[in-house]
Amino acid sequence: MAPLRLPRLIHPPRRLYSGVASPSSRLNLPIDYKTTPILHHTSSSLSESLELPGSATSKSLNLYQAINSALRTALTKSDKVMLFGEDVAFGGVFRCSMDLQTEFGSERVFNTPLTEQGIVGFAIGAAAQGMKPVAEIQFADYVFPAFDQIVNEAAKFRYREGATGVHAGGMVVRMPCGAVGHGALYHSQSPESLFAHVPGVQVVVPRSPSQAKGLLLASIFEYNNPVIFMEPKCLYRAAVEHVPNEYYTIPLSKAEILKPGNDVTIISYGQPLYLCSAAIAAAEKAFGVSVELIDLRTIYPWDRQTVLDSVKKTGRAIVVHESMINYGVGAEVAATIQDQAFLRLEAPVKRVAGWSTHTGLQYEKFILPDVARIYDAIKQSIEY
Amino acid sequence: MSTHLLRRISHNPRALSRIPQRWSSSISQRPGSDRVRFPGAVNSKFTTDMAFINPSETSNSIPTYRVMDSDGVLVDKGRKLLGVSNEEILSWYKNMLTVSVMDVVMFEAQRQGRLSFYMVSAGEEGISVGSAAALTPDDVVFAQYRETGVFQQRGFTLKQFMSQLFANCHDNGRGRNMPVHYGSNYPRMHTISSPLATQIPQASGAAYALKLESLQNPDTPPRIVTCYFGEGAASEGDFHAGLNIAATRSCPVVFICRNNGYAISTPTLEQYRGDGIASRGVGYGIDTIRVDGNDIFAVYEVMREARRIALSDGGKPVLIEAMSYRVSHHSTSDDSFAYRARVEVEDWKRRDNPIIRLRKWLENEGLWNEDMERETRDSLRKEVLKEFGEAEREKKPPLREAFEGVYEELTEEAQEQMKELKRILETYPEEYDLRQFQDGINGL
Repeated sequence: MAPLRLPRLIHPPRRLYSGVASPSSRLNLPIDYKTTPILHHTSSSLSESLELPGSATSKSLNLYQAINSALRTALTKSDKVMLFGEDVAFGGVFRCSMDLQTEFGSERVFNTPLTEQGIVGFAIGAAAQGMKPVAEIQFADYVFPAFDQIVNEAAKFRYREGATGVHAGGMVVRMPCGAVGHGALYHSQSPESLFAHVPGVQVVVPRSPSQAKGLLLASIFEYNNPVIFMEPKCLYRAAVEHVPNEYYTIPLSKAEILKPGNDVTIISYGQPLYLCSAAIAAAEKAFGVSVELIDLRTIYPWDRQTVLDSVKKTGRAIVVHESMINYGVGAEVAATIQDQAFLRLEAPVKRVAGWSTHTGLQYEKFILPDVARIYDAIKQSIEY
Repeated sequence: MSTHLLRRISHNPRALSRIPQRWSSSISQRPGSDRVRFPGAVNSKFTTDMAFINPSETSNSIPTYRVMDSDGVLVDKGRKLLGVSNEEILSWYKNMLTVSVMDVVMFEAQRQGRLSFYMVSAGEEGISVGSAAALTPDDVVFAQYRETGVFQQRGFTLKQFMSQLFANCHDNGRGRNMPVHYGSNYPRMHTISSPLATQIPQASGAAYALKLESLQNPDTPPRIVTCYFGEGAASEGDFHAGLNIAATRSCPVVFICRNNGYAISTPTLEQYRGDGIASRGVGYGIDTIRVDGNDIFAVYEVMREARRIALSDGGKPVLIEAMSYRVSHHSTSDDSFAYRARVEVEDWKRRDNPIIRLRKWLENEGLWNEDMERETRDSLRKEVLKEFGEAEREKKPPLREAFEGVYEELTEEAQEQMKELKRILETYPEEYDLRQFQDGINGL
């Protein structure tokens, strides 16, 4: 189940194979990560949002650097933390573990044989012995050989051990997920809803560098449950913002209201939040509406209260995610809203998600949600 | 392998890691070399003789180590025995008998519908008791499910067995697991889970954790992990993953394969075509031995040595293939005469059996006789029945145990679902019998 390792060929002048907007595009423009309001472009906006102490220092990092910083912080904080997976020793295929083996030694940062079921089984055993293993699956697309170990073993370990008190809660399984424009079938998937159907694991998807560091450190140190930590790989280099240098955490199972609004609630997580933000800006301008944007952050167990409070206020909800629509995260969120905010709803809950097909190489931009589809959903919701 | 081809990792001068790395700065061939220098196999000689390696022609089967024959007589008359006291050997015998007596009672109890399921160990008591006898209480065990003798040898009490089998309020598993899925915190024997072979890579990870711990804190006692599985489970991908990762990470773990000839109905000829499981250990670069599983002395000795090897050189894995015969049905849900001849089973029962073999040795030594056998069996049976009766009468755990333990803390969603279940139970009290659960409806 090895990922394809593509040699770096000659750099073409432009990446013509992906992300190209139609010349007439007004909505589906490339995301400008340098100006998006989602990222903390200054250290002052960061410290306000994270409620950091005044003395905290920060540095501008992209997502892979923030993950690297979180891992370095974790390895420094506790010698129970260990990091392993395929190719992590030289820095990882996405550079997330850069320099860590040199700094912390090959006992704590190391390569494993190419076996996903082995990597997760190994992590469970180490965690059951009190370690805090951070295992890496090279792409979320290749986590399926480890599905048995995650679903039948990691998730059920504490429950079946019962009074012995033994558990595998110290473990975190990191995996790059989501589309990059040319990942096709096996370098694009977002399997979060498959894990969200499994009691016993926590499923987390960060949206930005500062959030990734805080959520990853919380996953390692503050929650004694196995955590599936999915990193949107298209943000690894694209998303740059200020990230605190020191140890800090962001709570799991807590959603964040990214942008307050009164007329429609959009619930999303990970990279599509940037699409939502762009669609909201266009829709607010075009229709004079006010849209509230919620970042779920933790997919399961999820923060139902924040979502329900918002929808009870706005009366309209749209759920946006990359993974396919049927039985996706949107299905659970929409059903919960329908069940617990029925009388406040003024329009059906809409789901904007990947179509129920595979991510064929040439068709990605037609399959996954984009700004136009989110914009259209807002329009349909308010016009209902 | 010539030593210059290996180098020790030395990023951290304090580290005692013994994980070898391949020398691979160049794959170029020295002129005139008679050996391969490809990084994937650094010491292979060239040959002009094109010969495929054929397992049936090139080697005899890996031999099976034994100490005493089926009459309980030491094969090598001149050898000194084990260095273990007669009292200890007697305790092994009694532990095998306990498992055997409990098996008969519980199998029957299941047939009467008094518990949902059971799996006996008949024919394999020697493997589990003999190997566990060579462990310290600090060692960690991962088992499959037919290792009741390991739990018995390591101090699991009849009350604990019965509480688990009846899933009552004293069950370590809080009434959540099927019968025979035992577990204990100390000595640590991880709670058994049904999916086969999943424990194998977990054992490697746990062993690696022990190794790291002793590197970081040299005062910790030397500990190993022991991992049991059947020859059928060894066909799972997790077997491959677990052994390979244990070898590359040099983990102090002893893998013990119980090769009893059958995986439910599947005979070994349909399970594999190589020389059992042992031949595979060699392929992973793991110290490997095959042992007579009906010979408790041989199993004990092999395990004791395997433990020593596992702790040597900063840690390394060992594979033991213990040969035996599954005398019993696979489980209470299986009638094995549907796929094997009754006479074959009877043959094995009569011909060779770990309990009878040790009994013969004990009798030869004047340590045991017919009277002691009868008295011990009677008193064990009484004790089992007493604990059986008490465990059966105990209440089941409170209903909240259905929801707790999924996460470290109850989620808000689970609390809401517990409330909803309580409402249903209160609204339709005639539909549910809560009398056998501790605290009845208030247990929720």
